[in-house]
Amino acid sequence: MSGWEAVIGIETHVELSTHSKMFCSCAVDVAGPPNSACCPVCLALPGALPVPNEKAIEGIIKIGLALECTINESSLFYRKNYFYPDLPKNYQISQYTFPVCEGGKLDIDVDGTTMTVGITRVHMEEDTGKSTHIGGGGGRIHDADHTLLDFNRAGVPLVEIVTEPDIRSAAEARAYGAEIQRIVFALGVSDAKLEAGSMRFDVNVSVRPVGDEVLGTRTETKNVNSLRAVQRAIEYEIDRQINVLETGGKVIQETRHWNEDTGVTISMRIKEESEDYRYFQDPDLLPLETSAEWREEIRRGLPELPAARRARFIDAGTDAVTAGLLVDDSDLSTLFEDAVASGASGRAVGIWLTGEVVAYSRRTGTPIPDTSLTAPHLGELTGMVDEGKLSFSAAKEVLIAVMDGEGTPGDVAEAKDLFQVSDSGAIESAVESVLAENPDAVNKIRSGETKPLGFLVGQVMRQMGGRADPKVVHSLLRKRTGA
Amino acid sequence: MGDLADLTILDAGDGLRAGDFSSADLLEAVTRRAAVTEAHLHAYLTLDHEGAAQAAEAADASFAKGEDRGLLQGIPIALKDNMCTRGIETTASSRILDGWKPPYDATVVTRLREAGAVITGKTNLDEFAMGSSTENSAYGPTRNPWNTDKVPGGSSGGSAVTTAVGSAFGSLGSDTGGSVRQPAALTGVVGMKPTYGIVSRYGLIAFASSLDQIGPFSRSVADSVAMLDVISGFDPRDATSINAPVPNFGGSLDRGVAGLKIGVVTEFMGEGIDPHVITATRAMADRLAGAGAEVVEATLPSVEYALSAYYLIAPAECSSNLARFDGIRFGHRTQVEGTTEEMMAHTRAEGFGPEVIRRILLGTYALSAGYYDAFYGQAQKVRTLVRNDFTAAYGHVDVLISPTTPTTAFSVGEKAADPIAMYYSDLCTIPSNLAGDPAISVPIGLDDAGLPVGFQVMAPSLGEEVMYQVAAEVERLAGFTERALLATSTVVAP
Amino acid sequence: MDESSTRVGTIAAMPVDIDIAKVARLARLALSDEELEMYGAQLGDILEHAERVQALPTEGVAPTSHPLPMVNAFREDVARESLEPASFLSEAPDVKDGQFRVPRILG
Repeated sequence: MSGWEAVIGIETHVELSTHSKMFCSCAVDVAGPPNSACCPVCLALPGALPVPNEKAIEGIIKIGLALECTINESSLFYRKNYFYPDLPKNYQISQYTFPVCEGGKLDIDVDGTTMTVGITRVHMEEDTGKSTHIGGGGGRIHDADHTLLDFNRAGVPLVEIVTEPDIRSAAEARAYGAEIQRIVFALGVSDAKLEAGSMRFDVNVSVRPVGDEVLGTRTETKNVNSLRAVQRAIEYEIDRQINVLETGGKVIQETRHWNEDTGVTISMRIKEESEDYRYFQDPDLLPLETSAEWREEIRRGLPELPAARRARFIDAGTDAVTAGLLVDDSDLSTLFEDAVASGASGRAVGIWLTGEVVAYSRRTGTPIPDTSLTAPHLGELTGMVDEGKLSFSAAKEVLIAVMDGEGTPGDVAEAKDLFQVSDSGAIESAVESVLAENPDAVNKIRSGETKPLGFLVGQVMRQMGGRADPKVVHSLLRKRTGA
Repeated sequence: MGDLADLTILDAGDGLRAGDFSSADLLEAVTRRAAVTEAHLHAYLTLDHEGAAQAAEAADASFAKGEDRGLLQGIPIALKDNMCTRGIETTASSRILDGWKPPYDATVVTRLREAGAVITGKTNLDEFAMGSSTENSAYGPTRNPWNTDKVPGGSSGGSAVTTAVGSAFGSLGSDTGGSVRQPAALTGVVGMKPTYGIVSRYGLIAFASSLDQIGPFSRSVADSVAMLDVISGFDPRDATSINAPVPNFGGSLDRGVAGLKIGVVTEFMGEGIDPHVITATRAMADRLAGAGAEVVEATLPSVEYALSAYYLIAPAECSSNLARFDGIRFGHRTQVEGTTEEMMAHTRAEGFGPEVIRRILLGTYALSAGYYDAFYGQAQKVRTLVRNDFTAAYGHVDVLISPTTPTTAFSVGEKAADPIAMYYSDLCTIPSNLAGDPAISVPIGLDDAGLPVGFQVMAPSLGEEVMYQVAAEVERLAGFTERALLATSTVVAP
Repeated sequence: MDESSTRVGTIAAMPVDIDIAKVARLARLALSDEELEMYGAQLGDILEHAERVQALPTEGVAPTSHPLPMVNAFREDVARESLEPASFLSEAPDVKDGQFRVPRILG
């Protein structure tokens, strides 16, 4: 793409995990039997009226505050009018002017560099029903002969987060998506599961010659349902647009559909003419006012955000990569926080958690909370390593046994006889015996070679059954050979 | 005693409590009346004989046990067919809802049932309440009982007629631009539009959400109060419902008008209004002055733009409200083969009548890109000016009065081909809908052709008490006791 | 609050040209050419009347979307029982496996 610059904006839809839907009392239960969580309101039966869910409003305010937005004192619901079978009212209750939140920002880390993505607005709306395309080929809309509609999802509270066109690469877009997901999850307002569709991205991509101020024609790509897809869809779309332009074509402003299997975006072929949404203020809903007290109360209730938590973990001794891994996994961060709080070394606990603990969980398919590992175990284990009571390899064996439920680290090490030998007399006699058995090596060391020293250390460790502190062995050998 | 069907609600209630007759007797009386009048008038679309009989029986059982849930217990009431009734066909007089049985009751229906009222059935209307004559019904027009060559007004013509002829003791209509008050005026009954937000709209098939309000038809002002008492009050299912105790509507019914200041709306006493109607209105204003009120002229300068603003705002809202009629979840679906988009477009074109299509097109246009500011946006600003006019007027008068309609009942077919002429029928009633204020039409006499003349009393928001106070005095002064030809017992007796 | 200032479009001279076919498509109404012509003419007449609203000076006037100055009607986040599916599916024109069925979406 030399000579070209991509300009990217992202719209993120987040389903809030409230008990009830946005405008009616049906349970948020998208997994139930089809149409089992529906009422006159979410089915848009004649005469039904919407009443907003206060908890959902709190949820969007939390998101807005986390993204450093201005929370508008007065905000309005609008109707976005368009006909589509998954939209029961054939209009979506959404926002237009005066959304709940405007003008925020999010700092993201891309390959060690921090950049800022502007947040244009965060607004409240409602989800659509679910379509299943049947007949024809493999359940795709393009060759189906019928579509089945399940309205369990219709009316689930949906928050849309819109960025400024500040993003310049697929990698940045992916990093942005990942950080938004972390924040929304940390706020506890959504389960933020991309694979379950509770969080979805639409990516707006255009390209322009490097140095141009004017934006190119953009496309909007939908159905981007994983972070990997964000990256791939944008990469594809950038390449496609550059190719179109370099071969003398024109990019058409249109909606495109990302196909995960084929790895390409395809035009939705929707007549652009019909996209006149005739927004007007919804007369069924009152203006939404947020008092300063309400905003402040919500702000005080905000949990620690991922960025702040990462910073705190780094302060506790981990490196940035480890901090990121810990913060992304609530089980790991809980264990980390508890262990560090009880005095364990942050650096060591971080390494064990992101290393052996994760490896054990993956290998055995056991979620970490289902193992017997506790924060005190971690404190005890790292303490014993620090004090030289356990070698690193012995500690690993102890950890696995602890996770298997064999007892505390002390009990396991005792039972398996894994404690390092601290009796220097025993080590000294082993050193003497090894020196006596290897006169050649001793001579070489004395004549200035250092390599045989490692060999001698290995020999002593073998005699000690691996339970000697290698540092002690090393220093005794040096003293005795004069190395 | 004459026919039970001719009693007011309050008199019928006295008789029920005295044990003179039963709710079943009242139901039988209105059913007998309907059997005679329906062939001529077509006020009902559906008569729920079974449900009504059960409700009457239940009411009689309550009386027998000494349970009294208030003034509507045991009283047969009719509902405009745009209010959802669980399991009972609700069509809004549209082909697109032919045969639709809602799985739920509108809040007003729930309130009536809880109050022990007997719901007789569902009444005819202009399709989706769009019209002023009840001619725009997919199921045929309703006729005026005073002269069956005349329209009963609309859109709640069916409800007005049931109350006028005694095929119900009272009825509910919905008033978006005058759809209760105008047919009340044309059929000689009392029709009232409450303050926006005091009666729940939940379960009322929406026409124009910011204007729609359910209101009662009755044969007396006191009956109107009794009905409003039951149907009003906060409803958590309607976000636009006022979350506060309702006013004491009937608190001043007997106080007369001495000491009140009453404004005659200048703009409704001249051009565009039938001189006979003006004369009758002026005469009643004079009699109010004679009864001790201070009657003054009042002006609403922006009101001449109200009709134009209304015919942008109401269609705009309706174009969106009626989008849900798409042949997927309920109602009519076309037989035309094609894509879902084509299915929707044919379903809607087949299912909606011409007036509804006209307003959907008008509203779609008024909201579309490039025209919003010139039409819908500007209409909303005019709405503000109309409200400001009312606010200014109520700064120096307690209520405003005017004719309810520019003319008495017009002939069937007279305006059917001229939408704009039809729209002018609502000239005097629309401003109160734009303002959200309460207003009532009270019959004050007959014109030379023997057709009723309605007199409108308007009050500020939540000013129902003073509105009813004046309306009750108008009723006393008018002494209007005539009954429609088709409501007299001579017709009932074969 | 004045929202119109942020909206695309201006208070234009009265548009005389109504693209009635486009309006009908937007409104999902399949109308014949004769119907389009009839409604187009009627709309023209009505809009000529409606144009009167433009004659009134409204500079600085806030639009009214709502008759009453109320704000913040909320519902508590409590899930209640939904409808029995049979109660509304029985009213639908085409149902399959407990879902509403529609013809193909793309042409």
